[in-house]
Amino acid sequence: MSAEFKMTPETMMALKEMLIQHVPHMRALGVEIIDAAPAQAWLRVPYDERFIGNVETGVIHGGVITTVLDNTCGMAVQLAMDEPQAIATLDLRIDYMKPATPGLALTTHAHCYKTTRNIAFVRGTAYHTDIDDPIASCVGTFMIGANRTVPTSVAAAKAFMAKQKKEG
Amino acid sequence: MTDAKTPRDLNAFIEGIPYARFLGISVDQKGNEITTVMKFDQKLIGNPMLPALHGGVIGAFLEMTAIIQLAYETGSAAIPKPIGITIDYLRSGKPVDTYARAHITKQGRRVATVQVEAWQEDRSKPIAATHGHFLLKTGEEAES
Repeated sequence: MSAEFKMTPETMMALKEMLIQHVPHMRALGVEIIDAAPAQAWLRVPYDERFIGNVETGVIHGGVITTVLDNTCGMAVQLAMDEPQAIATLDLRIDYMKPATPGLALTTHAHCYKTTRNIAFVRGTAYHTDIDDPIASCVGTFMIGANRTVPTSVAAAKAFMAKQKKEG
Repeated sequence: MTDAKTPRDLNAFIEGIPYARFLGISVDQKGNEITTVMKFDQKLIGNPMLPALHGGVIGAFLEMTAIIQLAYETGSAAIPKPIGITIDYLRSGKPVDTYARAHITKQGRRVATVQVEAWQEDRSKPIAATHGHFLLKTGEEAES
């Protein structure tokens, strides 16, 4: 990935297809890509009564935030690499600052600020509309080339990004 | 930890947590030993090629297990709130049922420290481990 990367509506659609539609759990949650850039991704998960962690308050469970942050971080790692590879979360630490507001969609942002041969380092934030008013933040590390199986979605993303780069 | 521990139906407790149902989590209670079970479902998959469970789902399951253990040990109906959790991913989650057990390392007046481990076919080969801090509600706050 380099400065040649351009986030066009077509790129967005392709990424959405490859990195969301091919992941059953992301479909189950109704997650959407709202933006992407080199080493960065923004996702959104709608409020859904199935995600409630406490029926008395209607607040969504922390686990939903964990899942979407993990996925956003993974996507940021993919977008940080020249050639997408299979990755796996090594560890993820999440701090919960305040409960999410019932009824509101959750937005997540992640930035892969460093990659080495084997490891990618990522930070992420979950919020409603203002990133400076976070609901949760996370820091994680991912293994690069985690296994020999490159998922179809990643293989497709790889081909797509190579094409983008060529067209520059 | 609590002397007069009221035996509670933990499956009824998690009925009040729609997200636990969404993930297909149930509780297997034998005496004072609690094992949570997350039944495999296609919608929990994060990598369809391996295939493997979504890492976030495993994290969520561990967090839920900590909450269930805390509810049991504190005997409080109030659901504890996570402050911070750290998840170590040890092995990829296979498309089968997953189990977890939590251990409360320390229970303070306001904060509890919990460790959780998840495994699948072999208890000695955990797929993930978590340690986290949870905010407990005091009786007064829980009622308000």
